Amino acid sequence: MSGILGSALAGDMLLVGAVILPLFALPPLLLAPPRLAERLSVLVLLASLLVALALAARVGADGAALATFIGGWRPPLGVGLRADGFSAFMLVMTAVVLFATGLFAMTTPGAAPGRVARGRMPPAFWMLLASVFSALNLVFLAEDLFTLYVALELLTFAAVPLVCLDGKLAQVEAALRYLLFALFGSVLYLLGAVIIYGLYGTLDIILVARAASASPGFVLALAAMSVGMMAKAALFPLHLWLPPAHSGAPPAASAMLSAVVIKAPIFLLVRFWLDLAPTGLAVAVAPVLAGLGAAAILVGSLVALAQPRLKLLIAYSTAAQIGYLFLMFPLAVVASPWSALAWTGGALHLASHAFSKAAMFMAAGLMAEALGHDRISGLSGVGRAVPVALVAFGLGGLSLMGLPPAGGFIAKVMLLSAAIHLDAWWIAAVILAGGLLAGGYVLKVVGLALQRPAEPLAVRPVARWREWVALALALVAVGFGFVPLEPSSFLFIGRPASWAGLVP
Amino acid sequence: MSLLLDAPLALVAIAVAIRAVAGGDAFARVAAFMAYGLVLGFIWVRLAAPDVALTEIAVGGGITGLVLLQAAGDARFSRERGVGLLYHVCAAILALGVFAALAAVVLLLPEPAPSLAPQVATNLPATDLGNPVTGVLIVFRALDTLLETVVLLVALIGVWSLSPDPLWRGRPAPLWPAPPSGALDFLARVVVPVGVLVGIYLFWAGADVPGGAFQGGAVLAAMALLAIMAGLMPAPALGGRRLRLALLAGPFAFLGVGIAGWFVADAFLDYPDGITKPLIIAVEVAITASIAVALALLVLGPPAGRKA
Repeated sequence: MSGILGSALAGDMLLVGAVILPLFALPPLLLAPPRLAERLSVLVLLASLLVALALAARVGADGAALATFIGGWRPPLGVGLRADGFSAFMLVMTAVVLFATGLFAMTTPGAAPGRVARGRMPPAFWMLLASVFSALNLVFLAEDLFTLYVALELLTFAAVPLVCLDGKLAQVEAALRYLLFALFGSVLYLLGAVIIYGLYGTLDIILVARAASASPGFVLALAAMSVGMMAKAALFPLHLWLPPAHSGAPPAASAMLSAVVIKAPIFLLVRFWLDLAPTGLAVAVAPVLAGLGAAAILVGSLVALAQPRLKLLIAYSTAAQIGYLFLMFPLAVVASPWSALAWTGGALHLASHAFSKAAMFMAAGLMAEALGHDRISGLSGVGRAVPVALVAFGLGGLSLMGLPPAGGFIAKVMLLSAAIHLDAWWIAAVILAGGLLAGGYVLKVVGLALQRPAEPLAVRPVARWREWVALALALVAVGFGFVPLEPSSFLFIGRPASWAGLVP
Repeated sequence: MSLLLDAPLALVAIAVAIRAVAGGDAFARVAAFMAYGLVLGFIWVRLAAPDVALTEIAVGGGITGLVLLQAAGDARFSRERGVGLLYHVCAAILALGVFAALAAVVLLLPEPAPSLAPQVATNLPATDLGNPVTGVLIVFRALDTLLETVVLLVALIGVWSLSPDPLWRGRPAPLWPAPPSGALDFLARVVVPVGVLVGIYLFWAGADVPGGAFQGGAVLAAMALLAIMAGLMPAPALGGRRLRLALLAGPFAFLGVGIAGWFVADAFLDYPDGITKPLIIAVEVAITASIAVALALLVLGPPAGRKA
């Protein structure tokens, strides 16, 4: 990092760059011809990925959080951006998934113009993808409750139209329902932020945490913000909007929505209860979150088993899988050596779910493209048409089931060991039951797809390299299975959150 | 004296709010909603928050009212799908719950409320601005404002995405099916020039007294819509390069100044000493233009096709 600008400035540029760089895809998309604009967007996505990697490398090398203040104004007056190990981890995960989504959605290089028009994603898709990228990075970096509100608004307005890009009536209805839930969540969040400002006169998370006590007003604020985030994260029983929205979107959009967009409110819930709330309060509330998570796993998985369509099955699986992230709370908030392991397991589950779910939605999209439908009963023999996509689906499913060697396996082992050592037997039981149910719905699909079809399939050709993008993501999810079974030191860089003396 | 003024305001606010949610003709209810925005604006004035008041009247009453009027017009042609009594009861319970929680919170808040206002006042001279609200929006919390302008652009893209992209060069459908009447034409010819002046004044004055880019942009957008509705000018073709440049101008001029801050000042979105105020005004010009164009286009809706 011995650039001409010096290391201090470069860290500043990495933090701000992560937020603003994706936005530079917007001008070409509005002004340039579609083909050129699309290529430039992919370049912008690649550059944003490189920024995320550089930022994570910098956090790892320094062994400390990176921080900057916009315009040089420090909190409480100004707004700070900060990247600790957990933020950097989320940034890199998001950047990889979104770059892969861009590759998947790109028109085939060298394809004849006539063929291109059929499968081409509209400019709106690329604009929304770039905006989602920027919004997510801001969610992971902002330390200010109102800046986070702006990030959530940007995320909502970028994510909702992705659902109805094809313009079918059912999709527009799903998008409207998503919008209502998301705006309900935003309003509750904003209400909580306003209460916190009224109580402490600052919106900076770190400064609020310094001053906060479990007063009734603060508890109410945290409750409002948490319910708002649960609505956005589709946690049971607020999950009803998710399956139609995630299954109705085009595959590249579904992958993005299910893999990373849904993780932003969960990231914020973690921040509220680990960074903002007093520990005693967090310990009291965590079982409620875990209970809802357990219900999400059991109900979501059972409903997924009964789905007639592949994309709906995967969408219900998302509603189930986010439950694991809530199971983490009672294990991670207590003061115990095992909580670090639970926390690492939760983060690993979050990332391996992101990669496997993106891979599965892409694979399902390719199967549907090859067959012209995504009815599970008609999937027989699809493995011959798109073998690589089926492998990607299977490997992604392996991780969801929690079988070795996959990221989902190691994450569940960490959560299980923590649960057993902390005597949370019911959590251990739910983790095991959820794995069995996931096995049921994944194997149902894979088993059918491997069968010899009763009659020869009429198969439309799909671009092979799009199958390879799905496979690459699934392999990353599997690759997480090889991380050591111990608390990750990278995730704990810069935690607990503080301004490290930069703000008095 | 203050009670004499405030009590009727509060009662009128409650009355128009009830009118807006009670059953009956959709148009009358939208009119009540717009009146509600206006009354809320007056209440904000009474609470000594004129910037919020202007925004509430322009956006809450004006622009949102226009969107609702359009929706009410469209709803007449759709299949009526009424919601049951249970739905109303649930909504009422939810609303009352939120009200009770808010009331409790207001009573729980410390007195006097902690505030950053003194810090803003201390640091405002460094910005050469006279209006503390503009200082917060463009200087102290510039990142939020910058990204809000992006949110507006993304919201517009979301609206456009409801039409397939080959139509993106076309024009939005006309707001009303009916041909413009003489009265509307007259009104537009009188009001639009004055309104444009008011919009520009609001933005220009915003540096030192209440007003600013958002309020000015909203008024300019309303004037453009009035002129389009009266048939004084056609709805713009959305593919136009100048129109799209106007949409990008605000966010990207702001971003450009922010990035320049790294090189000519000390940080991203730091304004160099000496030219702080001219730079802020330049950014505000760009933002006002983008907000005006984006708000007007949001109301006009997605491109309708190649006709017109």
